[in-house]
Amino acid sequence: MIESRKIVDARGLACPEPVVLTKKAVEEGGFDILEVRVGSESARENVLRYAGYAGLEAALARVEGPEAIIEIRAAPSEPDPRQAH
Amino acid sequence: MSEMPALTKLTRFSGCGAKLGPGVLEKALCGLSQPAYPDLLVSFEGCEDAGLYRVGPGLALVQTVDFFPPIVDDPFLFGRIAAANALSDVYAMGGRPATALALVCFPASSLGLESLRAMMEGGLDALIEAGCALLGGHSIEEAEPKLGYAVTGFVDPERAWRNNSLQSGLVLILTKPIGTGLVNMAVRANCASEEAVKASQTSMARLNKKAAELLSSFDVRACTDVTGFGLAGHAAEMAAGKSCGLRLFAREIPLLPGAAEYSAMGFVPEGTWRNKEGRLRALPRASDIPPQLLDLLFDPQTSGGLLAAVPALAAQEALGALREAGVDARIVGESGGPPGEVDIVL
Repeated sequence: MIESRKIVDARGLACPEPVVLTKKAVEEGGFDILEVRVGSESARENVLRYAGYAGLEAALARVEGPEAIIEIRAAPSEPDPRQAH
Repeated sequence: MSEMPALTKLTRFSGCGAKLGPGVLEKALCGLSQPAYPDLLVSFEGCEDAGLYRVGPGLALVQTVDFFPPIVDDPFLFGRIAAANALSDVYAMGGRPATALALVCFPASSLGLESLRAMMEGGLDALIEAGCALLGGHSIEEAEPKLGYAVTGFVDPERAWRNNSLQSGLVLILTKPIGTGLVNMAVRANCASEEAVKASQTSMARLNKKAAELLSSFDVRACTDVTGFGLAGHAAEMAAGKSCGLRLFAREIPLLPGAAEYSAMGFVPEGTWRNKEGRLRALPRASDIPPQLLDLLFDPQTSGGLLAAVPALAAQEALGALREAGVDARIVGESGGPPGEVDIVL
């Protein structure tokens, strides 16, 4: 099975833009893997933090100096945990 | 006329979050020296909030400068916050502000002059409240707006509050909640609650005047104001004296509404990372501290409160006086532990 992949390129963007773009992409859905490219340590940590907050599984696929690629897996077809309360 | 861009959309960083990190500053300033002027009491060689220069018996100038890019879109409010923030360094030294000079960077080609006018009105509003005369200033045409003030005040140098003069038996009082950096990031992301925005703006626009005046009757032994380096970063400067370090009680630290949640959501300012880089080593067992708490502790504050050390016996009375006057003050820690250490009590 081929997983569908969506890419957010947030390199060169100051915080909170990388999180804003990630949040938007997550809310739009339509992917199995969301690949977020970031250009700074703070953007990397913030995007990982957001994924955790949204209850999504996220992993660092690559780190090269300040740049990194984060892979966020779409939630299995359960409701969004934030909407549970 | 086309619609004017919002002030905070013109800048990459905001408020004190735009400050160079402490690590970078230390490297750049390390080893700089100047002659030992006989009346120079405090200069950049320490980590004080402002410089001190003796001008006569029992009288010294307190001088400081602070300017930054917009942290709010309302130009009047931005002016007020910029002035409150600049004045704060004088209050943190136990001084009385007397005169100010404005530093302005402004994109006259893209922002209307009424915006500049409102910024200056907001600044003047705070200066008048402080009883501090605006003498003049200097302006530069620049794409990123910035505003701040060089403030001069007076203090008796024998009674000036230093920040590294901690000794054992003192209690630490913080006079404003923390979290302005996080709330500001959430604002930029359009994710901040109205409650958080209002609380943060009210706090930033408030002068530290009343807090300083009230504290001055309680034998303050050390004091600093909490700004760009965050609560833990400025606490580290306080702990850097010879006598002892300090402890911060994590549960007692007042937070702006929303700040903890915005940290969990990934709205941590870049300045927080720079602050941790420079000052995390002052925190023993930093790896035991939850990451979101660390983000709050190192959140760059714009126009933050005073962190004052008073004798334990006077602490409750000082706290009562501050709270009665409407200052959102809390006891957040105590002196103690090895010099240089900021122990976070979870």
